[in-house]
Amino acid sequence: MSINTFFQHLSNGLALGSLYALIAIGYTMVYGILRLINFAHGEIFMISTYVVFYGVSMFYLPWWVSILVAILITGLLGIIVERAAYRPLRNSPRISVMISAIGASYLIQNLAIVIFGGRPKSFPIPDYFNTVIQVQGVSVPIVNFFIPVITLVALVVLIYIVEKTKTGMAMRAVSRDYETARLMGISVDNIVSITFGLGSMMAAIGGVMWGLKYPNLIPLIGTMPGLKAFIAAVIGGIGNIKGAVLGGFLLGMTEIMIIASLPDVTGYRDAFAFILLIGILIYKPSGLLGQDIGEKV
Amino acid sequence: MIDKKNLIRFGLILILILILTILNTTMGKYEIRVLNLAGIYIILGLSLNVINGFTGLFSLGHAGFMAIGAYTSSLLTMSALQKESNFFAEPIVPWLANVQIGFLPALLMGGIIAAILGALIAAPILKLTDDYLAIATLGFSEIIRVIFTNTQSLTNGALGIKGLTRFTTIHYTWGIAILTVLFMFSLRRSSYGKALMAIREDQTAAEAMGIDLFKHKLLAFTIGSFFAGIGGGLLAHLMGTIDPLMFRFLLTFNVLLIVVLGGIGSITGTAISAVVVTVMLEWLRFLDGVIDLGFMTIQGIPGLRMVLFSLLLMMVIIFKQKGLMGRDEITLDSLGGFLGRFKKKEA
Repeated sequence: MSINTFFQHLSNGLALGSLYALIAIGYTMVYGILRLINFAHGEIFMISTYVVFYGVSMFYLPWWVSILVAILITGLLGIIVERAAYRPLRNSPRISVMISAIGASYLIQNLAIVIFGGRPKSFPIPDYFNTVIQVQGVSVPIVNFFIPVITLVALVVLIYIVEKTKTGMAMRAVSRDYETARLMGISVDNIVSITFGLGSMMAAIGGVMWGLKYPNLIPLIGTMPGLKAFIAAVIGGIGNIKGAVLGGFLLGMTEIMIIASLPDVTGYRDAFAFILLIGILIYKPSGLLGQDIGEKV
Repeated sequence: MIDKKNLIRFGLILILILILTILNTTMGKYEIRVLNLAGIYIILGLSLNVINGFTGLFSLGHAGFMAIGAYTSSLLTMSALQKESNFFAEPIVPWLANVQIGFLPALLMGGIIAAILGALIAAPILKLTDDYLAIATLGFSEIIRVIFTNTQSLTNGALGIKGLTRFTTIHYTWGIAILTVLFMFSLRRSSYGKALMAIREDQTAAEAMGIDLFKHKLLAFTIGSFFAGIGGGLLAHLMGTIDPLMFRFLLTFNVLLIVVLGGIGSITGTAISAVVVTVMLEWLRFLDGVIDLGFMTIQGIPGLRMVLFSLLLMMVIIFKQKGLMGRDEITLDSLGGFLGRFKKKEA
C-alpha cells in the first residue's frame, strides 16, 4: 500500500468511524440509564435520512432547514419509541423489554417500507459536498473532512450537556442509581425521555452525514450500521459516552484498514465486527473504558 | 395394567394423524405446503422454547443453526449430477461431490452437525447474561451467514442451492413435529428438564443447589440447535431452494414471535401458536398484493403484513406478557375439566 492510498483509507476510516461513534452514543446513553439495548436505534437513524430526502425533494425546503427538521423529528421519534415500547415494561423482565425492542425495530422498518417504498432513493447532495480535493497528491472527498469535524462539534456539545448542566447531572445520577435518583426528586421519566431524545438526535446527525457519504437510501440501511454501532458501544464499554466514541473510531478504522490491506477477505467484512464483539464479550465484557460490575445476588 | 391416560393420549395422536391424512389427500398443493410449514414451525418453535422458555436464556441465533442443518442435509441428499449443475461458478469440494444418502439420515446428520456446532458456539459465551448472550448469539448467526455466503466451493455462496428434490411431506414434518412434542414433554419431566427450569427461576440458587450451570445450559443449546437443524433441513427440502439470505434475522424473528405468542415455556402453547402464526402469515399475504373486493380493488402495500406482525408482537409483550398459554399446558386433566364445565352448562 503506497503512502497516498494509505492516507485515502485513513480518511475513509475516520469518516466511517465518526458515523459509528455518533450512532453508538445513542446505544450507550440508553443502556447506561435503562440497561436496555435499544434495538430500534438503527431504524431511528434510518428515518432521519428519509426525512432529509423528503424535506428536500417533496417540500422543497432549503438543505439546512431539512437537516434541522430531520434532527428534531428523529429526536421526537426516539422519545415516542421509549414511551410506547419501553415505558410500559419498565418493571418487567429484561427478556420482555428486549422482545419489545425487536418488535419496535421491525415495526419502524416495515412502516418505512410501507410509507417510503422499497425502491432505493438517492439522497440529495448539494454540489459543494461532491467536490474532491487534492492534498499532497492524495485525493479526498470533501465529506471525509466534514464528517469528523461535525462529529467533534456534536460531541463537545453533548459532553457539555452531560457534564456541565443540571439535566446532565440528573442523567448521570439516574444511570448511577435509579431509585435513589428518584428519591432525590429527579423526575426519572423526564430524564429517560431526554436521554432518548438526545441519543436519537446524535443518530440523526450521523444519518444526515451517512446520506452524504453513502447516498443510496433503502428502508434496510439502518440495520447493519445499527448493529455495528452497538458493537462499537460494547467495545468501548457500554454506558460510557467517550468509550462509545473510541469504539466507533476503532471499529470504523479497523474495518476499512482490513479491507484495504487484505482484499481477499472483503466478503467477510460484516462478520469481522461480530467476531470482534464476541472476543470482547468473552475476554473483557466491560469494554475498554467500562467499569466492572459484579453479579448482584 | 395399561395406564388409561396414556391410552387416551395415544388415541388423540391417532386422531390427529387421521385428520392430517385426510387433509393431505383432500387439500390443494398450496394448502398442503402451508400445512407442512406449520409442522416445521412447530419443530422450530419448540427448539427455541428449550433455550428461551425452559432455561430462560435469550438466544437470537436460531437462523444460524437452521442454516447449518439446511445446508448439511441438502448437500447430503443431492446427487452428483445435481451438485455439478449447481456448482457451476466453482466446483464443489471433491470429498462431497459424490456423497449421497437418504433423506432421513441426511436430516439426522443436519441435526447432529447443527447440535455439535451449536454446542461449540455456545460453550464460550454461556457465561454471558441476558442481552449480552442475545447479541452474541445474533452475532454468531450473522457470522455463519457471512461464511456461507463466501465459501463458494462448499455452499455455492450467494448463488444458493437450487433444484433440491422436494422430499418433505406431511409424514416427515408432522411425524417429526409429534415426536418433538413428545420429546419436549419427557425432557421437562426428567431431572435435566427440572434443572433447566431451576436455572430459569434463579440461576444463583440453582447453582447453590449443586446444579452444574455450564453443563445444563450447554445441554439446552445442544438440544435446541439439534431440532433447529432438523427444522432447517425440512424447510430446505420443502422450498427446494436455499440461499444465505433466507437465514437472516427475520427467520429468527418469526420463530421468536411464535414462542412469545404461545407463551414462553409452554409446549402446547408453542405448538398451537406455530400453526396459527404460519397460517396467518400465509393468509395475510393478500395485504402485500392486490385486494379484490368484487366491486373495487385495493392496491396492497408491500410490508403491511410485517407491520401487523410486529404490532402483534409488541401488543402481546406489552399487554399480555404471558402469551396465549403462559407456562400452562393443555393436558388431559385440564381438557377434562374444560369439557366437564361445558357439560354442566348444557345440563
